[in-house]
Amino acid sequence: MLRAVGARSIDELFAPIPEQFRLKRELNIPPQMSEAEIVEWFRARAAETGHGYAMFLGAGAYNHYRPVVIDALISRGEFFTAYTPYQPEIAQGTLQSIFEFQTMICELTGMEVANASMYDGSTASAEALMMAIRLTGRGSALVARSVHPEYREVIRTYARYQGLPVKEVGFGDNGRVDLAALKKALTPETACLLIQSPNFFGTIEDVAELAEIVHKNGSLLVVSIAEALSLGVVKPPVEADIVAMEAQSFGIPLGFGGPYAGVIGTKERFVRQIPGRLVGETRDKNGKRGFVLTLSTREQHIRREKATSNICTNQALIALMANIFMSIYGRQGIKELAKQNLAKAAYARQQFAKHGKILFEGAPRFNEFVVQTKEDPYVISHRLADKRIIAGFPLIKFYPELSNAAVWCCTELNTRAQIDLASGEVR
Amino acid sequence: MRDDKITKATTHISQNEGLIFEKSSPGKKAYRLAPLDVPEVDEQQLLGKAARQDLGNLPEVSEVEVIRHFTRMSTWNYAVDHGMYPLGSCTMKYNPRVNEFVARLDGLANAHPYQPEKASQGALRILKALSEQLIEITGMDAITLQPAAGAHGELTGILLMRACLESRGDARKKILIPDSAHGTNPATAAMVGYQVENLSSNQQGQVELSALEAQMNQDVAGLMLTNPNTLGVFDQQIGRIAEIVHAKGGLLYMDGANMNALVGKTRPGDFGVDVMHLNLHKTFSTPHGGGGPGSGPVACKKFMEPFLPVPVVIERADGTLGFEYNRPQAIGRVRMFYGNFGMLVRALAYIMANGPDGLRQTTEDAVLNANYIRKQLEGTYDLPYKTPSMHEVVFSDKLQQQYGVKTGDIAKRLIDYGFHPYTVSFPLVVHGALMIEPTESESKEELDSFIDAMKAIAEECEKEPATVLNAPHNTRLSRLDEVTAARKPVLRWKPQQAKTAAE
Repeated sequence: MLRAVGARSIDELFAPIPEQFRLKRELNIPPQMSEAEIVEWFRARAAETGHGYAMFLGAGAYNHYRPVVIDALISRGEFFTAYTPYQPEIAQGTLQSIFEFQTMICELTGMEVANASMYDGSTASAEALMMAIRLTGRGSALVARSVHPEYREVIRTYARYQGLPVKEVGFGDNGRVDLAALKKALTPETACLLIQSPNFFGTIEDVAELAEIVHKNGSLLVVSIAEALSLGVVKPPVEADIVAMEAQSFGIPLGFGGPYAGVIGTKERFVRQIPGRLVGETRDKNGKRGFVLTLSTREQHIRREKATSNICTNQALIALMANIFMSIYGRQGIKELAKQNLAKAAYARQQFAKHGKILFEGAPRFNEFVVQTKEDPYVISHRLADKRIIAGFPLIKFYPELSNAAVWCCTELNTRAQIDLASGEVR
Repeated sequence: MRDDKITKATTHISQNEGLIFEKSSPGKKAYRLAPLDVPEVDEQQLLGKAARQDLGNLPEVSEVEVIRHFTRMSTWNYAVDHGMYPLGSCTMKYNPRVNEFVARLDGLANAHPYQPEKASQGALRILKALSEQLIEITGMDAITLQPAAGAHGELTGILLMRACLESRGDARKKILIPDSAHGTNPATAAMVGYQVENLSSNQQGQVELSALEAQMNQDVAGLMLTNPNTLGVFDQQIGRIAEIVHAKGGLLYMDGANMNALVGKTRPGDFGVDVMHLNLHKTFSTPHGGGGPGSGPVACKKFMEPFLPVPVVIERADGTLGFEYNRPQAIGRVRMFYGNFGMLVRALAYIMANGPDGLRQTTEDAVLNANYIRKQLEGTYDLPYKTPSMHEVVFSDKLQQQYGVKTGDIAKRLIDYGFHPYTVSFPLVVHGALMIEPTESESKEELDSFIDAMKAIAEECEKEPATVLNAPHNTRLSRLDEVTAARKPVLRWKPQQAKTAAE
């Protein structure tokens, strides 16, 4: 081949790299390993990472069962070794899957349109807030303090250089957004209020009431959903203008935090301001139904610096996992599964109440609850880890006023025995 | 229409399949839950007016229907596993299966991001090992693995530049971006509050030094450069470019989209780059997944390290690893948790399988393959820039346009020949571009087969242009009406569609 290209040596092809910048040694990284050695190395790392523990952590990443069908299907090379469906004639598998995903997200969230997915819930929330700014032409935003603290950090990072003041609104004794504080914080410049429901404490917000207050001010309501499964039993936030959701609960492995998939849903009239890819239905020359990427004039490859976002790809394979999950459980299963979560958490709350104090009573919740203990939650967490239990998330890190409190989560995978054991260890 | 030169592909029976919603009927199910071992609850009572009444039109199907539905759909996709996927700038290389295997190991796949550090040591060790190796590969000093994709890495990198310049007292107003750049570059600069100033390329497709000197001033935060650029051309003036940017107090950002041309042969850190992102889904073989998930780590020089997103992985006094959050100058977070960990696992497995010599040879093979295609197709297709190519080559459709055929048409005909098309009409600096990136994964036989196809299509353009203009002919669907799709968007299925969709 070198002869065919007219080069004497491979290095001749690298002549464009100036001599002084050429690497004249091998990279200082470990030597090649065989497949067996690689597997062995990662098995050792996996063994150093706790698994098979009873999991009571939620806080933005939820331990739900993943039907094996998901990996069987997404392991098909036709799905996972393809790229963005730029050539629809040979990408209908990916395109139809995204169209189905968009539809299911609409059905679940009560929104009229949804995009093809975003990186994750935190970035989807930040992008949703930016979208609200564009839609209203206003220059500041409110974010509830009960939104996942790491989501808020991402929002702050995104907003920082857009010249957007982002103010936070506190929570009341029931864990819900403090309405009096909200009313005080709203100004004619407020583009939106961003809330999470169920929020970081597991409390379900009164979306309708918040929407009414916010809309009266001419502002938009953005609802972030970190625990997608809650929508199996919780009324969807139909009063919201934009929904930013994390789909991890739908068959996506915890995976030490990623990859997950965010998604943005909204009203049809706002679709031109939605960021990310969209798939639409159309026909081919013979009138057959097919799907294509569409409304791309919003996007960076056309609009460059005037685009709605710099986002390019989405999380197609992760959205596919969610699509398969929703297909497996479907209309009845998602509800039954959600009901099991509700029941487990309700039982656990009773058990934990015997040993600690349950905070934020007085508002409905899904599968998370906050327990205040005499003992430092980190000490509890440490002790339980030795008993192969992963305890709830200590809140002091983000909420200094909630010292000695932790948010615990129970899913369908937590057995009664686990709950009894863990709650018995709390003091 | 003659198809006798089509050797790589043959049409075969392709299963039809409607939308999942159209297969649904009440009572079908593909799941069974474990019996509840705690008391049942009444959700209406527990949730009150927050309770949901029904789940609308979510499907109800059986397990075998789920399997068949997605299996049938999968067969409508073209993928790297089918053959060459020369989508320029996307580096569609082979995705090793061992990477998939290790990423799914219990422990790595099931670890909760907030589980205690002492129960996360293996995962932390992976983050640390990958960080160190990417730092060595790029010649930089520090890295964050948090960004979820290339564009997200760009955002992180430009945020780092801005924070760094701000700490020196002046964030400045503008970012210079060459006209050949990917659209994410200007979109990113805008998200960080910078104005975008276009920088023209010269006849060789490289940065015009005089233009850079004229435009680089105290208002300019820096230059966002893709090197090799989207023409596949390594900017030989890179040393001078870095000097000019640095002399005016600016910073040099490198878009690492084309790092597959450099690994093991040169290091951005050695040629003056201050901050850059990598695309693990391009250079480091993590699968593209039909459009994500990606992963876009950002590496930088020592002086920018304090601004990296939180948290960073540190080694504690007792030798265990942990996360450090207390970093007052950090830009904050760009994503929750620690990034697309599953992709990081795969990238590390790729680096381990290759080692230093393997990574170098990968780069050499990728560049050799691109130059082989260039040599074989030059003359058949117009080569607008004669500058040496690295890992990809950009032709134009100038020779075919005399027959009324454009790059998009040639791409569609290539589908009939059993290949995924190259990147169409990009970069914008080339009118009617055909951007071809073979990667190192392709054998000479596969390359020759592609070259034969491209030559056969060129001949068709001349002799029977209608065949090319109406392509593809052998796919399930012919060309789709994208104009109507955008004018009257149908972005979701609705029940009433079921009736009209029957065909």
